[in-house]
Amino acid sequence: MTQQFYVSPEQLMKDRADFARKGIARGRSVVVLTCRDGIALVAENPSPSLHKLGEIYDRIGFAAVGKYNEFESLRQAGVRYADVRGYSYSREDVSARGLASVYAQSLGSVFTTEGKPFEVELAVAEVGTEPYEDHLYRLTFDGSIADESNFVVMGGQAEVVREALARTWNQDTGFPEAVRTAVAALSATRSPAGPAAGEAAPNGNGSAPSGYGGGEAVPPEPDRLGAGLLEVAFLDRSPLSSRGTVRAFRRINTVELDRLLAGPEGD
Amino acid sequence: MTYRDPAAEVNGAAPPSFSDHLARHHPDLLPSARRLGTAPAGSASAAAPQATTIVSLTYAGGVLMAGDRRATMGNMIASRHIKKVFPADNYSVVGIAGTAGLALDMIRLFQVELEHYDKIEGTPMSLDGKSNRLAAMVRSNLPLALQGLAVVPLFAGYDTERHVGRLFSYDVTGGRYEEYEHHSVGSGSVFARGALKKLWRPGLDEEQAVAVAIESLYDAADDDSATGGPDLVRQLWPVVYVVNSAGNREIPERELQLMARELVDRRSVAGRES
Repeated sequence: MTQQFYVSPEQLMKDRADFARKGIARGRSVVVLTCRDGIALVAENPSPSLHKLGEIYDRIGFAAVGKYNEFESLRQAGVRYADVRGYSYSREDVSARGLASVYAQSLGSVFTTEGKPFEVELAVAEVGTEPYEDHLYRLTFDGSIADESNFVVMGGQAEVVREALARTWNQDTGFPEAVRTAVAALSATRSPAGPAAGEAAPNGNGSAPSGYGGGEAVPPEPDRLGAGLLEVAFLDRSPLSSRGTVRAFRRINTVELDRLLAGPEGD
Repeated sequence: MTYRDPAAEVNGAAPPSFSDHLARHHPDLLPSARRLGTAPAGSASAAAPQATTIVSLTYAGGVLMAGDRRATMGNMIASRHIKKVFPADNYSVVGIAGTAGLALDMIRLFQVELEHYDKIEGTPMSLDGKSNRLAAMVRSNLPLALQGLAVVPLFAGYDTERHVGRLFSYDVTGGRYEEYEHHSVGSGSVFARGALKKLWRPGLDEEQAVAVAIESLYDAADDDSATGGPDLVRQLWPVVYVVNSAGNREIPERELQLMARELVDRRSVAGRES
């Protein structure tokens, strides 16, 4: 009989967390931010059909990074949970808080009991009739849940995006401006000369200093992500008056997004 | 109520149908899962409010559905305010005749069914798909229908593929029949259909179509005691929805009031018995 090696629980959980974190870090980033008109969900996603952003219920949206099959199954489970709840109680009884805690439970139980943790990070957003009624929950692979205010950034280079967004985010902006802010923040990771261009750097850890290209005073402006590389959705604060429906979630198509991104110059 | 772990739940086949999901995991929530026990046949229909007369007709660019506001229980008026026509989703409406309580539950389930499919699949269901799902729901109600609690819906929608308004009728076994030009269900439907036959013509515009629907409901109310006419005292008018390429729209009460008053005035001036 061979004896099993002893692995401490700390080590086991740490290994799992490292594994999940690595999986998530490979993905592109997603930003969810509140603004005057509602909640904007912006993702870097070149696929027009494999969505990272989705609708859960009337006022609840979903954003995810990580493995597609895992977060898609979680999204569908969320839709089922919300629809069953709304059908058996009432539409008002479906809340982002309830949904987020169900997600936290299932992510937590998968993390501790299953062979492999989910390599996903989720955001559940509920738009209120006033900005202070908005709810943003961020859920990580181990079932941790955080109640965020203003914005959530997830994915590969979340830190860089978060820093950029923290400088530029403003609660009083309209939806078009909020999308442009989010796109600018997401684009910060793309700068060929930026400090975060880890994957483009040929020489490992020396990327940041050498990337500045021989001591230029100002790093060049990062190239903006185009509409073709973005997925954008919107949770409308007052969908009933603007579109005559209770469903606040709306996907922005590429044509509309092009116009939106060109906005201030075009008008 | 406890909910299953959603992550584990989706490992099996994930149907985009909400009613299938309910049947598997929460069968008690299905309207058709109700059991009445051994009620004597025939008595159930008199004990529950009945919804009557729905008319539907196509017009140039879309389809219209209208229902009166009366529910009856035996020879009593159970409600003067009931609504029998509802939007099913953005491009379709559904109207109901028969046992009101079961029918309203069926409509609520049908609305969630369509929205659920839209969210899970990321694309709306086709109009034929919607009408077939409704047929399945009517069919699942068959045991109750045989005990006297029948639900007979009428379904109309705008086909975004073919760019026409279409309408479908059903029987209690879930039989689904596409209707052309116009159709009516409910106790007053025989009279409403007679009026529709005389008033409907190809290429009606939206306003004319609304007028035709109101007039046919008026004729149904004239001869069927279970159908309510325009109520000038309580200011109650039929519920009218139109569906076209822009989606559903409920005709506002203000317009209905004008049309109903105009109709009543015209008939009073004529001063005829029938």
